[in-house]
Amino acid sequence: MGNKSVLVVGGGMSGISAAVEAAEAGCEVYLVEKNSYLGGRVAQINQYFPKMCPPNCGLEINFQRIKKNPNIHFFTLAEVEKISGQEGNFDVTIKLKPRYVNENCTGCGKCTEVCPAERDDEFNCGIGKTKAIYLAHPFAFPMKYVIDAAACQGDSCGKCVEACEYKAIDLNMEPQTVNINVGAIIWATGWKPYDITKLSNYGGGRFKNVITNLSLERMAALTGPTEGKILRPSDGKEPQNIAFVQCAGSRDENHLKTCSSVCCMATLKQVNYVREQYPDANITIYFMDIRAMGKHEDYYQKVLEEQNVKLIKGKPSEIKENPENNNLLVLAENQFTQEVETLEYDLVVLATGMEPATASDKVPAELNYDVDGFVIDGPPTPGIYAAGCTRKPGDVATSVQDATAAVLKAIQSTVRR
Amino acid sequence: MDKKYGVYICSGCGIGDAMDIDTLVEAAEENNIQACKTSPFLCGKEGVEMIKKDIEEEGINTIIIAACSGRVNYDVFDFGNDKIVERVNIREQVAWVHEPDGPDAVDEEEDHTGRHAQDLIHMAYAKVKSMELPEPYKIEDPSKTILVVGGGLTGITAALESANAGYKTVLVEKEDKLGGWLNKVYKMTPLRAPYTDLEDPKVEEKVKELEDNPNVTVYTSAKIKKIAGGPGMFDATIEASGSEVTERVGAIVLAAGSIPVKDEYLTHLGYGKYKNVVTHAEVEEMAKNGKIVRPSDGQEAKKIAFIQCAGSRDPERLPYCSAACCVESLKQAIYVNELNSEAMTYIFYKDIRAAGTYEHFYKKVQETGAVFIKGEITGIKEADDGTLTVESEDVLLGGKASVEGVDLVVLATGMTPRTAFGQEVELEISDDEAAAAAEEEKAPADNIIASDILNLDYRQGPELPTLKYGFPDSHFICFPYETRRTGIYAAGSVRAPMDMAKAVTDATGAALKAIQCVESTARGAAVHPRSGDLSYPEFNLNRCTQCKRCTEECPFGAINEDEKTNPLPNPTRCRRCGTCMGACPERIISFKNYSVPMIGNMIKAIEMPEEDEEKPRILVFACENDAIPALDMAGINRLKYNPWVRVIPVRCLGSLNLVWIADAMSEGYDGVLLMGCKHGEDYQCHFIKGSELAEIRLSKVSETLDRLGLESERVKAIEVNIMDYKKIPQILDEFAEELEELGPNPMKDF
Repeated sequence: MGNKSVLVVGGGMSGISAAVEAAEAGCEVYLVEKNSYLGGRVAQINQYFPKMCPPNCGLEINFQRIKKNPNIHFFTLAEVEKISGQEGNFDVTIKLKPRYVNENCTGCGKCTEVCPAERDDEFNCGIGKTKAIYLAHPFAFPMKYVIDAAACQGDSCGKCVEACEYKAIDLNMEPQTVNINVGAIIWATGWKPYDITKLSNYGGGRFKNVITNLSLERMAALTGPTEGKILRPSDGKEPQNIAFVQCAGSRDENHLKTCSSVCCMATLKQVNYVREQYPDANITIYFMDIRAMGKHEDYYQKVLEEQNVKLIKGKPSEIKENPENNNLLVLAENQFTQEVETLEYDLVVLATGMEPATASDKVPAELNYDVDGFVIDGPPTPGIYAAGCTRKPGDVATSVQDATAAVLKAIQSTVRR
Repeated sequence: MDKKYGVYICSGCGIGDAMDIDTLVEAAEENNIQACKTSPFLCGKEGVEMIKKDIEEEGINTIIIAACSGRVNYDVFDFGNDKIVERVNIREQVAWVHEPDGPDAVDEEEDHTGRHAQDLIHMAYAKVKSMELPEPYKIEDPSKTILVVGGGLTGITAALESANAGYKTVLVEKEDKLGGWLNKVYKMTPLRAPYTDLEDPKVEEKVKELEDNPNVTVYTSAKIKKIAGGPGMFDATIEASGSEVTERVGAIVLAAGSIPVKDEYLTHLGYGKYKNVVTHAEVEEMAKNGKIVRPSDGQEAKKIAFIQCAGSRDPERLPYCSAACCVESLKQAIYVNELNSEAMTYIFYKDIRAAGTYEHFYKKVQETGAVFIKGEITGIKEADDGTLTVESEDVLLGGKASVEGVDLVVLATGMTPRTAFGQEVELEISDDEAAAAAEEEKAPADNIIASDILNLDYRQGPELPTLKYGFPDSHFICFPYETRRTGIYAAGSVRAPMDMAKAVTDATGAALKAIQCVESTARGAAVHPRSGDLSYPEFNLNRCTQCKRCTEECPFGAINEDEKTNPLPNPTRCRRCGTCMGACPERIISFKNYSVPMIGNMIKAIEMPEEDEEKPRILVFACENDAIPALDMAGINRLKYNPWVRVIPVRCLGSLNLVWIADAMSEGYDGVLLMGCKHGEDYQCHFIKGSELAEIRLSKVSETLDRLGLESERVKAIEVNIMDYKKIPQILDEFAEELEELGPNPMKDF
């Protein structure tokens, strides 16, 4: 019988689910996450469709499952460097980046009070700043601070070291390497929002008021940079006329070829965020098909009944900025009227799709990928299974389902040898 | 166990600045403890070593840690399973949320923050004093066999995947052969990259693989007459080929599938009226026979129109989308062309829902020259030669579309879960109960449809409770496999509408959940959401009055009844929420480490100020899943609220026993606040309806309050979710103000 331990790479919803499901089935699990916290993209999301409930609730219970289960060993700031061996017997090298904060950290936060350096707040999609020593977000698990070495002034400053009563900060912490042996591997490194700077016709990255759907999530979240207020980035004003552009960089030969399957529902949900804050705002959705699958149809129908929500079938060809007020002019053929219209909005949300992390960061083993970079299961390396948005784009429920299935395949790999 | 108590107090992270630690030690020592020590950094190496030393040298085995929240440093303060460790949160819920006591506060008796911490230590002592280490409920010879109900694609996959992981599997199929819907299918939609190629169903191959697997037992032409017992010890009575067998199994995968939408939902599209209007399934059958023909004359159909959402996405028929019909029609459009390259296909649709990687498949169909027309169907007419004219809106080109001379109209029919068919189960109630029920509010009963699939021998009904449209799911976002019956996992199109690729994944995941359940049950541990919990409810049946509250209210149907309505608990079905404990008026249900007296003792443990001291006390029962993290988060954000509150975390508000309210009132608390999860249609309660039950119980408490001469406003229930932390100060302070207006609880000085 082979090694009954499983390595799970990626600590987002899929990876966490795989880890807890495997551990609760009796496996020894190693969970590797490259961020300083577990939770991945889900931690950035304000509410889930269709129940409009907070992802932190589901994460909380999963974190409890991790905390209570001695079979789970997790590493943050960690990446898999090397995989060798075969199904039932993989040797894996994990590289741990220094956190510069050790286990003494109590999460009291005194360090950030004295830190003079700042960095872009990537958790909040670059809206706002954090200190160089920071906690990624208030629900971060583990609740240990971390230093961004690129922003930190190092020994020459050392203010945080002085401020910490618990000797938790070590500016000279070195990277570490951990070697483990496992029977199977689940790869769940997830997705990133498609880079909107590649959408030059939409002014992505150039026009301040053209934002991604993920940025809107952060703005709508109480833990976000605006404490839950949806505001125009250019001037902080309340938007009154908002366009959502579906399939921005998706279902597109020049960008992501596939459909990400969640952006339609994400937009319908975000329509509700906007409506809750600005009941009189006008909302327009440019779409190709509204893919509200299964029971989600009910949610779609409710949005259709909302006041001030208009759907235009058509994919905008161009977005221009009015330099006077930073408003946006969206040019699109409205396929309902067959007219080419230019309409003005004060905020445009691009429903960008999911680019698999594996499109750029491949698995360090021989595996096949589809045209968009999603991992194709099976040969040439049996025993490595893709889960969640590494295998296919999907919503939270699909990712959990997929991760759970991957665990059984992994267990089979461990008993087969 | 012979308890030796140690209290360890941390003064770090601002705790020592907020209160006088010496006074806190003195207060702790009022209890019968063997050690009390402080540390400026308890979670640091020296702090932990200090505790370990006491464990080793003094035999301390019951440890109270007064420091940060139990949500952090859980690993640091883990001293092994043979110790009781109780975390007292004097950081996030005391030092960080109240104004620090001044230097003379103790002398002036104005040390409100310190008193909060003292009370919490007293409560923790009362708690650990009243508890024992849980001993797992282990059944003799637990079965690890997986029963799969339904032998279609989902069922076959679930059975094979479980068997391949080494588990014995029993598959029950009602038809005489396995394969289900797959037997009727000519080709399958793509299962793998590049997601453009049709696949053969290969039913025979799959069935053979199953039959050749020594771990698998298959019953065909079989039905389940009865399932009794619970996880690890289900007894499934299977009727097959005229005889009955009983299989002992550990967990169940329900893969009963779905059936196409009923014919009467299709008549508006000419089905049943025009011969050449057929369903999706009928085309599969034709294709299996090698030729797509017009039923009217058997001639080959060359011009074929597909109508999407036939009877679906329609408020008067199937309101939901069946998620697979779009890709199924795309598939048929492809093979229609393969079977006859001259065929022309038209697809009338609302949205093409080829989600995710099916985009590649959709593109492939577009390349075949299929014509896509977006719009509602406005009419279907038959010409004398049997051909049809399909008329619709044409949203994209404007105006109307009319396609004449159509040989065959194919209706893309949606699916209805098999669990949706049958009589809704209404639990029998006697006349007295009906009369009583009319007066008192009751939790809405679960929606159980007697679909004659599982035939569970459960007091609450024979099948899985359903949420909407007959699908037996529960927390479908975060925990898609959860049903409301422990150890029974639904998979495939019975759980939610889905395509074939998804059904295969779903089956595999459900099999894992079943395996996890049998493994956990064998260890005597709970499954989700209190995974790994070794405690379980014990019933002191001598004092039972057969009121049936526990058997009716258990959200998971864990408790049966005998003919005298005595409860018959099934601990392996239990999720350990404590709803039964909260429901029981005789307080006969207890866990080793969670009980009515335990919480009662905690309530009584605080030092209640005299009425003239003007120091109100507010008792808060908070759900440990959402409200407790929200309270912690208020602390992490250093939000401030009054120091009058005393919080008791509960497993679920469903475990709230009304006697606690009476205890609190007679003890002199000025008010009681319940913080639970959202309930109703979009419930967030992990135990389905715990918070709802608590509120209903609360509606009956006014009588008790009246008897004590108290205002009912003193007791209130609210919904708090984890993201409500910013509202916490407002909630608690407003409640304190309301209580101030009512004046102190007159019971205080009794």
